[in-house]
Amino acid sequence: MIIGGIDIITLISMLMVASTPVLLAATGELVAEKSGVLNLGVEGMMITGAVAGFATAVSTGSPVLGFVGGALAGAAMAMLFAILTQVFLSNQTATGLALTLFGLGLSALIGKPFEGVRPPATGKVPFGPLSDIPVLGRILFSHDWVVYLSLLLVAVTWAFLKFTRAGLILRAVGENHDAAHALGYRVIAVRCAALAFGGALAGLGGAYLSLIRVPQWTEGMTAGAGWIALAIVVFASWRPERALIGAYLFGGITALQLQLQAAGYAIPVHLLSMAPYVLTIVVLVLLSVVHRRGVQAAPAALGRSFHAAS
Amino acid sequence: MNRRSFLTSTAATAVVAASGLPARAADPLKVGFIYVGPVGDMGWSYQHDQARLAAQQEYGDRIVTSYIENVPEGPDAERALTQLALQGNQLIFATSFGFMDATVNVAKKFPNVKFEHATGYKQAENLATYDARFYEGRAIQGTIAGRMTKTNKIGYIGSFPIPEVVQGINAVYIHAKKVNPDVEIKVVWAYTWFDPAKEADAAAALIAEGCDFVLQHTDSTAPQAKAQEAGNVFTFGQASDMIAFAPKPRVSSTIDHWDPYYIKRIGEALDGTWKPEATWGGIGTGMVGIGEISDAVPAEVKEEALALKDRIASGEYHPFTGPLKKQDGSEWLAEGATPEDGELAGMNFFVEGVSGELPK
Repeated sequence: MIIGGIDIITLISMLMVASTPVLLAATGELVAEKSGVLNLGVEGMMITGAVAGFATAVSTGSPVLGFVGGALAGAAMAMLFAILTQVFLSNQTATGLALTLFGLGLSALIGKPFEGVRPPATGKVPFGPLSDIPVLGRILFSHDWVVYLSLLLVAVTWAFLKFTRAGLILRAVGENHDAAHALGYRVIAVRCAALAFGGALAGLGGAYLSLIRVPQWTEGMTAGAGWIALAIVVFASWRPERALIGAYLFGGITALQLQLQAAGYAIPVHLLSMAPYVLTIVVLVLLSVVHRRGVQAAPAALGRSFHAAS
Repeated sequence: MNRRSFLTSTAATAVVAASGLPARAADPLKVGFIYVGPVGDMGWSYQHDQARLAAQQEYGDRIVTSYIENVPEGPDAERALTQLALQGNQLIFATSFGFMDATVNVAKKFPNVKFEHATGYKQAENLATYDARFYEGRAIQGTIAGRMTKTNKIGYIGSFPIPEVVQGINAVYIHAKKVNPDVEIKVVWAYTWFDPAKEADAAAALIAEGCDFVLQHTDSTAPQAKAQEAGNVFTFGQASDMIAFAPKPRVSSTIDHWDPYYIKRIGEALDGTWKPEATWGGIGTGMVGIGEISDAVPAEVKEEALALKDRIASGEYHPFTGPLKKQDGSEWLAEGATPEDGELAGMNFFVEGVSGELPK
């Protein structure tokens, strides 16, 4: 299907691959923020996941183990953040920024021996005849398993937050930690769990970058993807289903502009590159307008430290 | 021993001592480098670092080299260069086009430090420039790609719309067209020297558009990895041999040999004969190397490419030889004419037949 010189089907399937790292990271960060913790270290957790995932996959020869390793490394970074901010009550913004810088440096150190190495390939999921369906086959049934996992995780996160008791507790902790504490919920434990989940997903996103999207390890390869993930959470006004739209929109912009260029369009590349950030600002303005009418999007306790005695 | 012989021998000793003194007492010459990417990019910066190591090997403890990697083009380059100058480096190599203005500024501030800027065109009393005629390698790549392409579409990942890259695109197109009149070239601008994810996406976009040759002017091996994944797509190693991707997708490469230049210039700095010059080496001088043409290339194409290489190396043939027209159809070079180096170094137009607009 070709419209205006661009193969729409190819574009959509490329866009899904290009967006998967930020989608994973944004979904994880969304859960952490829903519990009331602002972790600005997404970039650091992603790049650590990218190098750990790559190293594990190369050492073991198994991409699946690589993804597990990436997720564990991301979660470990998040636990470091959790200890600092939840136990020692350090400032979340400063700690998050430090986590990013730490992750970039640490990954460069770990990654030195893996530069120029080729990772084991991750194949497409064999859907058999399904992938031969015109249009839909190429879009829906031609990807690797992590793309489907990312979509599944969005759905699970959505259902978890909306329908389950545990999701309700997590949201309560994020809205008013004092009230949640008074009801007997363990605020710190809930937040640590949410952070670990967020870190694991960021690590998974990073591993996707180094194992599938590129695929190779190079220092600093996330190149700002973590910050896009943070912007997506705000753009999505803390709703998983909107994070999916945001990720495909923002992640897709890069793929789209390159595809447009390849198709021979002269386009303002720099304008498109800044679009995600401009859109996020627009959403923030819209949210604050809605907020004045009494609807709040951000978790009320976001970024506030909790101490049982105070 | 009479008085005269005593005086003579004393004088001789003094001369020997005086001339020997600098060599013995002088501290090693400190030489600094800044790179635009990590040394592990396996392309551009890697190759500069290999040359640095070769120079270190050559001069041993007479020099001390250091480098700063991942220096962004722009104001931060000025900070990195100043840092190297303050650390006592007497010769500093800035190895990317975008470091040009920063190098000019810092060279002004440190008149006693010698600077060398790669691929730029601004010189000063203490600032030399050096560049390689990468377009000579591109001419050979264009010939191979034009002969081998099945889809008649050649993709080119441009980094920034600067003369060096424009020369490359034009050289590829001219030589592909010569052997294959139906060929077209598709250019995607990545606006980065190094961003593996973006380079991979750019390669994927070109492959999706039907290109079966993807040429890169960016520094990482990501496009090679992407081409390999796609199957019947070919590439050329860029800056470094990228031999890990041979025989397919990488069918040949353009290799930057900076080592002889660095060794020569550091030697000149050591013996005090260093002068600010503009060096532009090519295949003939050995600065541009052509990597092994792999078995994926048919024998007669390989032969043709090597013959072209020899003709360029001997100076018999210039890759930009008229008649050539500019993209807008106006005359550029008359039959048999070749451009001046100055004109070539400022090339800011596509030749006739290249589609797409050159961003300003």
